[in-house]
Amino acid sequence: MVRLPLIRDLIRKIMFLEIVTPDKNIFSGDIVSVSFPGSNGEFGIQENHAPIVATLKEGKIKVDANGTEHLFEVSGGVVEVNQNKIIVLAD
Amino acid sequence: MANLKEIRNRITSVSSTRQITSAMKMVSAAKLRRAQDAITQMRPYANKLKELLGNLSDGTNDGDGSIYEEQREVKRVLLIPITSNRGLAGAFNANIIKQTSKIINEKYADKDVTVLAIGKKADDFFKKTEYNIKGTTLPGKLDTIFDDLNFKRVSKVAGKIMRAFEFKQFDEVVIIYNEFVNAAVQNVNVEQMMPIVSNNVEESSVASDYIYEPSKEFIVEELIPKSIKLQLFKALLDSHASEHGARMTAMHKATDNASEMINDLKLVYNKARQASITNEILEIVGGAEALNN
Repeated sequence: MVRLPLIRDLIRKIMFLEIVTPDKNIFSGDIVSVSFPGSNGEFGIQENHAPIVATLKEGKIKVDANGTEHLFEVSGGVVEVNQNKIIVLAD
Repeated sequence: MANLKEIRNRITSVSSTRQITSAMKMVSAAKLRRAQDAITQMRPYANKLKELLGNLSDGTNDGDGSIYEEQREVKRVLLIPITSNRGLAGAFNANIIKQTSKIINEKYADKDVTVLAIGKKADDFFKKTEYNIKGTTLPGKLDTIFDDLNFKRVSKVAGKIMRAFEFKQFDEVVIIYNEFVNAAVQNVNVEQMMPIVSNNVEESSVASDYIYEPSKEFIVEELIPKSIKLQLFKALLDSHASEHGARMTAMHKATDNASEMINDLKLVYNKARQASITNEILEIVGGAEALNN
């Protein structure tokens, strides 16, 4: 029996990410997953993550935006995740 | 009546002045656009930061807050007037200097006041007074900050001021700057930088149960210095935009005045020219008449 892939596996999960600094808006768009250099170690965020506020230390933010990867270096900051909307206040 | 050549010379000099003022107006208009863009760029960050702090602080008790919230008996005060480096911007700089002097003489008359001036105009004014900075823990040479106004530089300066507050060199830090309303209107604003005035942020409607990583207190400790730095940054950006707005308005008026003056002079010039032609004709006619007789 041929098993058809479930539709929900085909649609890539999408969240909205915004990275802002006081000088400008660095990134804004839909993404699949992202990982942050948290103060207590690196952590990743995927769809339907529980609401979280976390601080960042120096490092790289890795963004997977539906196939294309983005890297952003930050020296610190704060992340807020709420209802698939992620906002990074970066330094 | 002034002679023709004199009037002509005045017309040329006024029109070259008009050229300069209208060029300055154009330059200011372009710079104003950019300065305004910078304010718009900063706004999402500022709003989010405010919202986050609001969310966080309505849970924590205000008693043992951050060091920057500490209310002490006010003995030593640091004033930070923000002006521009250049003049020709109407009352822009004079307003700040006037307001600063007023605060010193009225509100802080019996306090030990120090002035940390940002921008050449205020610096020139307060350099000669007793309020000039003593000691070297505070940042010096702040004129160049406007050349390339970015958060990194501002936060370095703010960091030094915050340290001075931490070490109790000052009990109160106040910023005086021109708030940008629109190109023609600037408001002189006096803002307390430290200790922090807790503005009652309206609680956000989506009260979520956030996970705090590493902890709520740690995040607050992280955010408060950021918000102080941002306050100074915002004041500088506002002042920068206001400066160009004020200069644009001043130069616009100067250009209008020059145009009006040129028109008046032209009228006088043409009248004088006509009078001299009439005179010449009269002389010729008179001469011809004399020959005929």
